[in-house]
Amino acid sequence: MNRADTNRTDGPPAAVPDRPLGSTVALDIRGLRKTYDGHGRRVEAIRDLTFTVDRGQLVCVVGPSGAGKTTLLRCMAGLLDPTGGEIRLEGSRVTGPPRGMAVVFQEYGRSLFPWMTVRQNVERPLIEKGMRRPERRRAVADALDAVGLGDSGDAHPWQLSGGMQQRVAIARAVAYEPSVLLMDEPFAAVDAQTRADLEDLMRTLWRRLGVTVLFVTHDIDEAIYLGERVLVLSNSPTVILEDVAIDLPDDRDQLSTRSAPRFGELRAHVYRQIQQAKRGRPDQPSSRQRQKG
Amino acid sequence: MSAPRGGTAPASHRALGRRARASLLAVGRRLLLAIALPVALVAVWWVLTANSTSFFWPPLSSILRAFPDTWFGDRITTDVLPSLGRLASGYLLAVVLGVAMGIPIGLSPVLRALTEPTLEFFRAIPPPVLVPVIALFAGYTGSASKVITIALGCLWPVLLNTVEGVRAVDEVLLDTARCYHLSRRSRVLHVILRGASPQIAAGARQALSIAVILMVISELFGANHGLGATVVQFQRGFAIPQMWTGIIVLGLLGVALSAIFRIVEHFALAWYRGLRDADPGA
Repeated sequence: MNRADTNRTDGPPAAVPDRPLGSTVALDIRGLRKTYDGHGRRVEAIRDLTFTVDRGQLVCVVGPSGAGKTTLLRCMAGLLDPTGGEIRLEGSRVTGPPRGMAVVFQEYGRSLFPWMTVRQNVERPLIEKGMRRPERRRAVADALDAVGLGDSGDAHPWQLSGGMQQRVAIARAVAYEPSVLLMDEPFAAVDAQTRADLEDLMRTLWRRLGVTVLFVTHDIDEAIYLGERVLVLSNSPTVILEDVAIDLPDDRDQLSTRSAPRFGELRAHVYRQIQQAKRGRPDQPSSRQRQKG
Repeated sequence: MSAPRGGTAPASHRALGRRARASLLAVGRRLLLAIALPVALVAVWWVLTANSTSFFWPPLSSILRAFPDTWFGDRITTDVLPSLGRLASGYLLAVVLGVAMGIPIGLSPVLRALTEPTLEFFRAIPPPVLVPVIALFAGYTGSASKVITIALGCLWPVLLNTVEGVRAVDEVLLDTARCYHLSRRSRVLHVILRGASPQIAAGARQALSIAVILMVISELFGANHGLGATVVQFQRGFAIPQMWTGIIVLGLLGVALSAIFRIVEHFALAWYRGLRDADPGA
């Protein structure tokens, strides 16, 4: 809290004109730019992204495929250096993977250590944190219980289904007690039924733990169902097309929320934005033809 | 205590018994298959040489008769154990050095570009060629030159496989390790080393057969003790049945070493087998 406040006064207050001296801001992205240089080819992935995420918010980022969503997430996670602009987590600038951040990757099969049991996977980051053994054991058990895998601690990840593996990754992130949780299309590779369960699990965990979540997805329905806010990204080079407030009630469930008229309106709105984003891309005339046909 | 549930307990016991018997049968079957060919070969050898009068192809029965006197006496302490000691130290030295050098080289593209041509050069030199050279520096008769020969020959497969294994560790796993702030030590120990271990094991397996060959070859020059030296001395002294027993001992040694290696691998790479069985694409 204090660190965030003092750091913020260093910068020009004009940079965040619409907010009081940002003690409620968890994540602050200003003028983010990313250009890939390689083999004589310049690819501008992200042109200009500026947004903030308040503490405790659940924000979804949605955009057409190839919109630089993963690039954005990797920059925020400190795994990729931005070309320009800056990212601040709780007021301090992100230059490498920050301490208070946990990431759930899309490729659950590749982000869990296959030589460790489920329990060891969740426990390893806590050991690195220097947490003492009894506390650690309790944190691991709590996290596994929270994702419904209390009995699977001794299994290896590859003995579990895809959905269960992603639950392990979520348990690992939750046990780490991050101030911000980044999720990169975490449910893209699981079947629809499992996906719905995982979405509800995510909502429950978020409401219970009060953690700030930034959830990247290409699925419009998922973004609206989960989020308090949905950031709609343009095609690459990426800018923010719109910041949509999701004014659905806090208690959501797969049946009634998804069939509510307001859900349909929001969905149609975001869908139109994304279609426009796709059409707006000048170097892809084939997409327009496909839509006519 | 289990009396009220007595109905189910014996049933599960029976199932357990059935499963145990089935797995016992499977093991027996595999054992039978593994032994069938050696038994057949020994039988053929026995029959073909039974009435042999050739000096160089004595009957198997006389070879086997010579076996206990040749190997169960002093030779165990004067020849067999010293050879095995050199084999073990040279091999383990190579594995430790190969892994320790392979990890930094595998992790750093610069280091790789710097060392790769040199490594390829050294790998291409047949290790037996180095025996006289090493003997010049480390002495003909001592153990040092032989251990160095074995270690040098075994180093390359371990080193190059470690480099490849480290390079192949999944990037998502490395990203995960960075995100969760695994210390440098943990990253090497719990992520890179474990991730590269299947490939390291492949290199170590290659190295094991090289080690046995070099153990024998290193004793051919200026050694009068050791398994290899003994076989050569028998041959030069026309003790032909004894020479054959030496060859049998070397063969059995190879089988025993590969069995030990398999047992170690079985436990160290259990996760890898499971992963492969669960996802054939991995």
